[in-house]
Amino acid sequence: MSARPLPQLTGLSAAFYAFCKARELRFQRCSGCAAWRHVPRERCGECGSPEFTWERSSGRGRLFTWVVATRSMHPAFPSEPPLAPAVVETDEGVRLVTEVVGCAPAELQIGLPVEVVFEDVSDEVTLPKFRRL
Amino acid sequence: MTTRACIVGIGETRYARDKTWSPTTLALNLEAATCAVEDAGLRLADVDGVMPFPGLSNVEEIAANLGLAEVAFASTVHMGGASPVASLLHAGLAVTSGAAKHVLLPAGWAGYSGARARQTVATDAASMPGGGIARDYYVPYGLTAPPQWYALLARRHMAEFGTRPEQLGAIAVAMRRHAQQNPNAVMRGRPMALGDYLASPMIADPYRLLDCCLETDGGAAIVVTSEERARDLARPPVRILAAAAGQPYPADEIVSRKDLFRIGLTSAAPRAFGAAGIRPSDADFAQIYDCFTFEVVQQLEEAGFCKRGEGGAFVEGGRIELGGELPVNTHGGLLSEAHVVGMSHVVEAVKQLRGDAGPRQVAGAELGVVTGFGDFGDGSIAILAR
Ligand SMILES: [Zn+2]
Repeated sequence: MSARPLPQLTGLSAAFYAFCKARELRFQRCSGCAAWRHVPRERCGECGSPEFTWERSSGRGRLFTWVVATRSMHPAFPSEPPLAPAVVETDEGVRLVTEVVGCAPAELQIGLPVEVVFEDVSDEVTLPKFRRL
Repeated sequence: MTTRACIVGIGETRYARDKTWSPTTLALNLEAATCAVEDAGLRLADVDGVMPFPGLSNVEEIAANLGLAEVAFASTVHMGGASPVASLLHAGLAVTSGAAKHVLLPAGWAGYSGARARQTVATDAASMPGGGIARDYYVPYGLTAPPQWYALLARRHMAEFGTRPEQLGAIAVAMRRHAQQNPNAVMRGRPMALGDYLASPMIADPYRLLDCCLETDGGAAIVVTSEERARDLARPPVRILAAAAGQPYPADEIVSRKDLFRIGLTSAAPRAFGAAGIRPSDADFAQIYDCFTFEVVQQLEEAGFCKRGEGGAFVEGGRIELGGELPVNTHGGLLSEAHVVGMSHVVEAVKQLRGDAGPRQVAGAELGVVTGFGDFGDGSIAILAR
């Protein structure tokens, strides 16, 4: 099994994941129109403003959808036990791809309340994941 | 928009999963291209426009191998599986404006004997839709491949609208039935029933194996020219009444979309139907890009063949089978004919409108719709008429 691919810590991704390493889930919030956004972008798609702050998320949300990857499509992700890449919608209305840990795929349900946990996957990278509330 | 362009030539290679056959992707493109030019009654030297499929071939190697020394129009649309049908818009504009006389659209790949899709997709961020976004925010969680991306949507559709596995299965079964009438279909001679579908292993739950398109070797190509030039050529022209392309928003990221089910086709289809002056129900058949079963449901809904949420019911009861109200993918599609990146759907539409589809001919077919779907939901649609 090859090493799991990690995000490249450059630009806005470096900033996002640096907060995760500090155990903070932060998303961009537009200074022009107050819209939250993720994935990080240079400008606000709602109003065009390049100004933003990194605002702390409540870290809570609900499971929006998921897929159970029962057939491996990448050498670093074996099919046993299958991963279940998931989408969580946070209380701020931001959606992100993540994983619900400590919960078998068969127990996942749309709307499941979850809260963020942080998993150090390398010396440099910490991934935000979620657990059942 | 409307064009005054026609498809005048079609070409296909053999479609196969055959361990004794290892064609290169380039060879498949060249063979299909040569067949299409010949079918049109043209010489290769008449071709002055080339629109290769993105990432599989390029103008330079196509031109060098076919002896095309006078290429006036060279372009590639970067919309994944939506590219061939989107290219009809571009090629139509080129021949209508006079930028080119005869535009060749070659496509195809060695998807079976060459690098398999699941081995290559996520190991190279540059080759993925969304590029750095997928690399930094999807792939670290094991979300690496197309069936997984689209399964996220399928599950949500099932939850919101009650779409059932049996309805997705009805699509797979219909494609397989159509393939039995197609001598070039890889799945000819391998019939499949709903029970087989339901028993097939999960690949990217809720997608089973039989929700997924084939990986095959094959090439297909067409030639587009103006209505005026088309009159003098070998075969009856098929008119491109209208063609349109569109993107979801945002196009480079799936999960943040306010309306998760809105895709490129959602905006492209009304433009195309409006320009052609027809309604979806006027179509005699539809060739819908069927990378995975749910994407057929989604495109039928977003193109306006039925309302959103009603796609599951729409595909049941034989409605999309030959003899039904709207035969879909009369060749067997990506699911049961071969994966020819969307070009075989165009070729099949031309065969139907020429009346050349043999045992799978839709009687009296005069008007057909072809769609393309690619990347994170880019869409394209063409309305073709005899
Ligand atoms: Zn804003």
